[in-house]
This record gives sequence, C-alpha cells and structure tokens, in this order.
Amino acid sequence: MSILIKGGRIIDSGEIKADVYIENGKIMRVGENLDMDATTFINASGKLVMPGLVDMHCHLREPGFEHKETIESGSRAAIYGGYTSIACMPNTNPVIDNAAIARYVAMRGKEAGYARVYPIGCITKGQKGEELAEMAKMKDAGIVAVSDDGRPVMNSGIMRNALEYAKTFNLLVIDHTEDVNISADGVVNEGLNSTIAGLRGINRAAEEIGIARDIALAESLDARVHIAHVSTAGSVELIREAKARNVKITCETCPHYFSATDEEILSYNTNAKINPPLREQSDCDAIIEGIKDGTIDAIATDHAPHSADEKGKEFDLAPFGTVGFETALSLAYTYLVDTGEIDMPTLVELMSHAPSRILGLPIVHIRPGIMADIIIFDPDANWTVKAAELHGKGKNCLYDGWTLKGKVSHTIVGGELKF
Amino acid sequence: MLRKKDLLGLKDLTKEEIEDIIIRAESMKEAFVGGEMLNSLKGKCVATLFYENSTRTKNSFETAARFLGARTMSIAASNSSIQKGESLVDTGRTLDALMTDIIVIRHSMAGAPALLAQKVKASIINGGDGMNEHPTQSLLDLLTMKEKFGAIKGLKVVMVGDIKHSRVARSNLWALGKLGAETTVVAPQTLLPSNVEELGCEVSYDLEEAVVGANVVMGLRIQLERQKVGLFPTISEYGKEFAITEEKLAACPDALIMHPGPVNRGVEITSEIRDGENSVINEQVTNGVAVRMAVMDMLING
Repeated sequence: MSILIKGGRIIDSGEIKADVYIENGKIMRVGENLDMDATTFINASGKLVMPGLVDMHCHLREPGFEHKETIESGSRAAIYGGYTSIACMPNTNPVIDNAAIARYVAMRGKEAGYARVYPIGCITKGQKGEELAEMAKMKDAGIVAVSDDGRPVMNSGIMRNALEYAKTFNLLVIDHTEDVNISADGVVNEGLNSTIAGLRGINRAAEEIGIARDIALAESLDARVHIAHVSTAGSVELIREAKARNVKITCETCPHYFSATDEEILSYNTNAKINPPLREQSDCDAIIEGIKDGTIDAIATDHAPHSADEKGKEFDLAPFGTVGFETALSLAYTYLVDTGEIDMPTLVELMSHAPSRILGLPIVHIRPGIMADIIIFDPDANWTVKAAELHGKGKNCLYDGWTLKGKVSHTIVGGELKF
Repeated sequence: MLRKKDLLGLKDLTKEEIEDIIIRAESMKEAFVGGEMLNSLKGKCVATLFYENSTRTKNSFETAARFLGARTMSIAASNSSIQKGESLVDTGRTLDALMTDIIVIRHSMAGAPALLAQKVKASIINGGDGMNEHPTQSLLDLLTMKEKFGAIKGLKVVMVGDIKHSRVARSNLWALGKLGAETTVVAPQTLLPSNVEELGCEVSYDLEEAVVGANVVMGLRIQLERQKVGLFPTISEYGKEFAITEEKLAACPDALIMHPGPVNRGVEITSEIRDGENSVINEQVTNGVAVRMAVMDMLING
C-alpha cells in the first residue's frame, strides 16, 4: 500500500510546499514534484498536509455505556475529525483501574482499526479516591497516563502519594481539578447567567483551588502533573505563575473554553451543560492568551458522548458533556488561526506534538522515516455542523448549527487511508 | 396582546405585554369576585402537571380554568406514571394526545417548562420552575400593587428573604424593572444570587435601613433546609436580622405587606404583621385567580 499526496502545503514545525510519498506505513519521501507510482493518489492542492491530531482527553464509554459510544464508533468519529491517536478516560463500567480492563480497551481499539486508542488508567481503585490503583501493571498493559477524571481525588494526602508513586514509573497524572464541596450540585458557571437562568452555579474557585493544590504538591515533591480542561482566567494565571517557577506542570484546554460562553445555557440547551462549565467571555480571552504565550500546552476534545434520551431530560438531570472529535480542529482553526491569534505550526504543536510529548507517544513530523499518521485539511471549506450527521453514536453536540471554517478531508493512520 | 404559545417567564415579555395581562386581569377579577362564570375557554382542556407540592397555585389555576369554562385535569408526580419513570417529555406528549390545550407545569428544576414547550403542542404556563421563574405569582403581585397605588412606576419595593433560591424574586425583579419600579433585595450574602445587582436592583444587608421610603415590603419564604446546608446558622439569628417585624418597619409604617406564601409565621414575618392591616397576603390569593384567568384567556384567544 502506498499513497502519494501531491500539491499540498506541509504544516509541521514550519510550512513548506511539498509532495509526500507514503509506503509500508511510513513516510518515505518529502519533496517537490514527486512522481512515483502509488496505489492511492491524493490531490492536496490548496490544502494543508499535517501530522495527525492527538487527543489526550476523550470518553469512549466502553465497557459499560455502549449506548452512548463504543470504542469502535468513537475511534471512527475521531478519524473524521483528523485524530489519529486518542487517549480515553477510565470512567467506564467497570472503570479502568486494573491491567485487564486496560488491556481490553487497548485491544478493542486495535480491533476497531480507526484511530490509535490509548487507555488512561485510574489513579485510585474504583475511582474512589481512597487506595492507589496498580499503576505499574496498568502501564505494562498500555496506559499512557492515570486520572480519576470527573471524580477528582479530593484527599490531598492521597494525591500526594499518587504524584510520588506515578513519578516512580514516569507515568503522567492528569487531574480534573474540582473541589466538589464547592461545585456541589451546581450545573453551570456561577455568575450573572446562572442567576438569569435560575440554575445552580459552580463557582470558578472549585477548579482553581484544585489547581493551586496540585501546583503546591508538584512543586514540593518535584513531581509532574497535568491539568485537564482548563476553563478559567484564574486557572491560566495560576499555571502561568507556576511555570515561571519551573514547576513541572502542563495543561490542556478544550475548544469550548475559547469558542463558547455560558450564554449558551440561557436557552437550557443541555448540550451546553459541560463540566467544567462554559465560562464568560473574559475567560475565553484569557484562555486564548494562555494558548498564545505557551501557558496552555495542548488542546484536547473532552469528547463526551451521551444518548439523546439522556440529554433530552431536564437540564439538572442531563449528564455533562458535548461531543468534540469532529469539530475540534475546525473550531481551533476558526477561533485561533483564522482570527490571527496563532499560526498553523502552533496549532500542530497544540493538537499533535504537545499532547504526544506529554503522553510519551511518538511525535509525528512530516519527514522520511516517520510513521505515516497524516491528515489533510482544507482551510477554505466552510461548513455547517449538523449533529445528526456526525459519525459517533452520541449526537450531543454544542455546535449543532454553527458554521465553521476549515475541514479535514483525509485521515491516514499508519500509512492507511481511513477517510 | 400576547402573541405567544407559552408563558415561560417574565424575562422574555415586554413591558406592554405585562401591562396588557394586568389590564385583562382587572376585568377578570370583576367577573371572578362577582361570581360570573365566563365561557372563553369553553371546550378547552387545562391540565395541571405538578412535580412539586402546591396548594394555592394549583387550586388557583384550576379555579381560574373552570371560571373560564374549561375542563381540567390534574396530574401530580406522586400518583401518576411519573412514578414509573415516565420522562417529562413523554408525559407532555401523553397530555397532547389527550387533547390538552394548556399545561400548567410546576417543577423543581429550572428550564423544565421550556423543555416541555419545545416538545408539545399545548400551550405551557410556567407555574414555577426551580429557581428560575414563577410568572403568574409576579403578575398577581403586580395586580395587587396596581390596585393599591394606581401604578407600578416609581414604587419602591423591598424584597427580603431567600432571594437566591426564589423564583418569585426572579420574576418580580424582571417585571418590576421593566415597569419602572425601584427594587431592593435584602438577605445575607449566602441567600443572594451571584451578580444580582446586574439585574437592576439595589442590594442591602440591613432591612431597617432598606425600608426607608418603601411602598411595598415583600417577605419570601425561608426553607428550613437551607439552614442545614450552612447558609445561615440558626432560624433565631436569621429572624433577628431579617424577619419582618414592627420594629424593623418603623421607617415605613404604611408599607404594603406581601408574601407569596406559604408563610413560616415567626420565621420570616411575625404574625402581627402577617395579619395586620397593611397585609394583603389574602388578597394576593384572590388576585392570583384573576391573573391566571387573564393569562389562559390571552394564550388561547389572543
């Protein structure tokens, strides 16, 4: 199997015009006017040829919640969004807190044969925040990080042990920071719009207290920590200051924290019910500043599929989350690149290179000898998101009806054209 | 005129729409207190769908519907298929299939009436949703104020109590603001919603000071479970600082005393004030029927 991509502009750490020849899963040649026989020929004229995207935060719901998404349906949807590698959170049923389940998820990912699927294991057994899960065994089984995801470790003593123990095995700890005594039964950002809608608010301090704690722990233990889905201006500032002191902290944000605000909840649209909640315009602005100055390392999707029945309930009863695989790149392009905030190589850093580096996955460059996880992106394709036409099982898309700029046209994983 | 399918709240109504409802309610009140049955909803069906307990709102709507000639159905969450797990939308569609013209919904969660309105053909009237709105309660408050003062514009209205969790306070803040009244909310900060001042009201922690020059003092219900989750230390301390008492009203002895009920006597208001000559709490109930007649009439007949 060989693929020749002709006429595109290559976006990597820089930008050049060149053709790409792929054979046996690897990039063989990159250069002008390549002219070899290939089983597949792609005309990329006017388009951008980029490393495949790497999502360090998604939910594939299998095992246990197959009515929302499966590893197959999710990893297939990822392909349509330009993701060639995805790391899935362990809040399944049973949770991924042991090597057997981790191995199962990794195997199901391989069987599906779409994006590469990397499981994330739990920090604690049963995601209960009490006893450490078997991190070393899970690492052998293929996990790329540990996280208790939406049930964050509230006990700071246990978090301290987790950071130190994970350090032993060079395993990344990802923390969804949330002081649950503050967020309590809140469903939206606390502020003017929660008051207008009469919905219970989640004060921003819930997220920021967790980050401040993790910074203190990481700093004093000289351990590393990764903060999931940063959503507030205060969080960006805390991480910026910590990085200036060389604390080993990295973080991600998600497209909905720079492209949408809590005005979306005024209509009680349950697809705008997300945790952490959509914030305010000043937070979006601060997130973009954090992306520009390198405080924010990566953009992840937090792809969180749910069934229509679940999202069709009263706002308070509907589960948190929006799907994100198929809109993330277009949102980043529309709100960050097209607006002139960042350039395309920076986007590649945020959505491919940085997440790979943080997770310890191979970093894809468009160079000979590198594994051919490549996407082709058409920056001129304007399109309107239609939730019903998305490829995943969950159609709960905040962006239904939004018009976005730029769309993935081809996704190649390991030298195979998947879409 | 009210060219709408539903009445979900007062935040999305114009000043004129609110005034039109009050005017219609004035004529409805004449019919109601005169015992004159009307037939503007003859052949129509009004269902009350209550997910929370209620005495006055539910009976008020049913009385209003019957005075307009409608037949009524009553669905309570506690003795219906809702107990068997039927969803809100499915329950609404069942009522649609029963040829219901108006569904009055009371629900503990904000936005439930909006969800129902999107999914069913019947007109939805919000009978109170979580902390969001209770539009007919506010409309009856407005009718009561208008009867006493002739106009809403320029009135000084003080609301005291659990503003944070109160849909009555929300609806009144929207409506009083649109109609040009000055409002002040009084509560400990733990019982105030965030950024409430951006809704256009004054905020005070001192009831005695806030009532200077007030035309209306409205007490809001304090739910005793708020104490258990730590929003204030004791009922006794709450009462000392925020209960409506004769002493605290020294600066406005003639102010109208209102309360949406049910009243916790001795907690948010003393019995002397509750039953005193400035209290219109019982008239509020009568006016409730009038505004609900007006709203139902206008949603169906324009």
